Amino acid sequence: MSDHEYTPKSKFGKWFNDRLPLLSLANHLTDYPTPKNLNYWWTFGGILTFCLITQIVTGLILAMHYIAHADMAFESVEHIMRNVNYGWLIRYVHANGASMFFLAVYIHIFRSLYYGSYKSPREIIWILGMIIYLLMMMAAFMGYVLPWGQMSFWGATVITNLFSAIPLVGESIVTWLWGGYSVDNPTLTRFFSLHYLIPFLILGLVVLHIWALHVPGNNNPIGIDLKKPSKDTVPFHPYIVIKDLFALLLFLIIFAFFVFFSPNILGHADNYIEANPLVTPAHIVPEWYLLPFYAILRSVPDKLLGVIAMFSAIFVLVILPWLDTSKVRSAVFRPLYKQFYWILFADVIILGYVGAMPAEGLYLLVARVATAYYFLHFLVILPILGSKEKTLDIPLSLTEPVLGGSPNEALVRNKKEI
Amino acid sequence: MSEKKPKRRDFLFTASYAVGAVGIGAAVWPLIDQMNPDASVKALASTEVDISGVEVGQSITVLWRGKPVFIRRRTNEEIAKAKDVKLEDLPHPESDEDRAKNPEWLVMLGVCTHLGCVPLGDKGEYGGWFCPCHGSHYDTSGRIRKGPAPTNMEVPKYEFVNSNIIKIG
Repeated sequence: MSDHEYTPKSKFGKWFNDRLPLLSLANHLTDYPTPKNLNYWWTFGGILTFCLITQIVTGLILAMHYIAHADMAFESVEHIMRNVNYGWLIRYVHANGASMFFLAVYIHIFRSLYYGSYKSPREIIWILGMIIYLLMMMAAFMGYVLPWGQMSFWGATVITNLFSAIPLVGESIVTWLWGGYSVDNPTLTRFFSLHYLIPFLILGLVVLHIWALHVPGNNNPIGIDLKKPSKDTVPFHPYIVIKDLFALLLFLIIFAFFVFFSPNILGHADNYIEANPLVTPAHIVPEWYLLPFYAILRSVPDKLLGVIAMFSAIFVLVILPWLDTSKVRSAVFRPLYKQFYWILFADVIILGYVGAMPAEGLYLLVARVATAYYFLHFLVILPILGSKEKTLDIPLSLTEPVLGGSPNEALVRNKKEI
Repeated sequence: MSEKKPKRRDFLFTASYAVGAVGIGAAVWPLIDQMNPDASVKALASTEVDISGVEVGQSITVLWRGKPVFIRRRTNEEIAKAKDVKLEDLPHPESDEDRAKNPEWLVMLGVCTHLGCVPLGDKGEYGGWFCPCHGSHYDTSGRIRKGPAPTNMEVPKYEFVNSNIIKIG
């Protein structure tokens, strides 16, 4: 990285930059060498940044009109929808924005899984990403409680009750979380406070995530280390900026479709009924992006073990860099891993589907098999695959697969183990 | 200096850390404890319910501390069914006599012990309650028989003020 060589042209710029090197930072960001073979799966980092900013801006506005009180929250949301100028638009962007955020983050995570972006030397980027993902789930859950509809109330009840599974102190923890003996006004006000806080925590972690990314630089579809800068890289601006913006535009088409044509399709009709602590809706379901974890929770017949299984499902992702023992990053050169990757993908989709269905009969059986496979993939298949799989030859540079390997390169490869 | 003998300075350090830790703990505790139930929440400790209008086989649900309480006037069959069960067959063994002081009246928190949903009455494989959230079945004494819930539905502290009024809490 060529930060140190940068000197601003203007005298004032130089004076300022010597005192606060913002211009050096801007220069680093524009010149930042990126692999020239990045495909569209790499545009979701930028899309996610857009999603975060959108959620913060719309959330800030909603907080100006929303009232965090059990007696008034539901009505204040209707007030936003009916009376506030463009309130309907801002709320629908915020509500669907959460879904779009998760859609993008799942693509981003599955991109990492396919191309091995979590492997050395990018473990810290991956772990930071997982913490961001965890915070996103917390923010989404608490945000869903704020309208104080039936799903809000009962979702909050079920999720906070997860902590009652902890032996001995569980009940006290739940009472502490609630600020009472059930989900009520104290719960709502603290959720509002935390829902406001978490996006800024995420923003801070995103800065660290990008900082950690800029140390080794981007992974790429081939998954090999690149010399930077070199013929294999292009500057971030304008090449990646334009590509990211184009992808964002396509993403916004989908986003706008939901906001303008089916703003409630991802929500639940029950949440347009005000919270009632005496009646549980017949079928409680979390938002779609939490369904796979919900399916894992329900597939275990024991309360404590179910909760442990659900949290473990996230924890195995955190330690993934050490579970996947293969030295080869990209699935392009891992014929077996590529197949298991798609089986895992299908497995997660199946978990999401059965998570939305009642926990009985065939659905329960499928959920159990899918849960078992999920853990099998991470805890058994990946560690074994690292030593057993016969990987394909890895090119030495990005140009090699295009231009064909020269005899010299083949020689080098035979000597050097990659 | 191969052997490290604790010096007077080490003692001072350790003592300072200990006092510092206690001080920080004391400062942080109010920040944590403020989230526990406040005085106004605790003040709503008891509720009196008029049960004179409840017929045999009927249930009413009242709110106590923000939670639903089921009050059911059980039929003779229901009582017999609840008493017939062997304690060994129960995941959480409690006899019906211990749960319903007056066998005709079953008073319990209408909160599923799994994740806190409100179970539906007159449903489930044991003729008692069924929780729609994750499929727990309770019998006519509100005891867990099948499903993920770990314990029976809780019986709160209550007393008969007279034959028509129950005081919960």
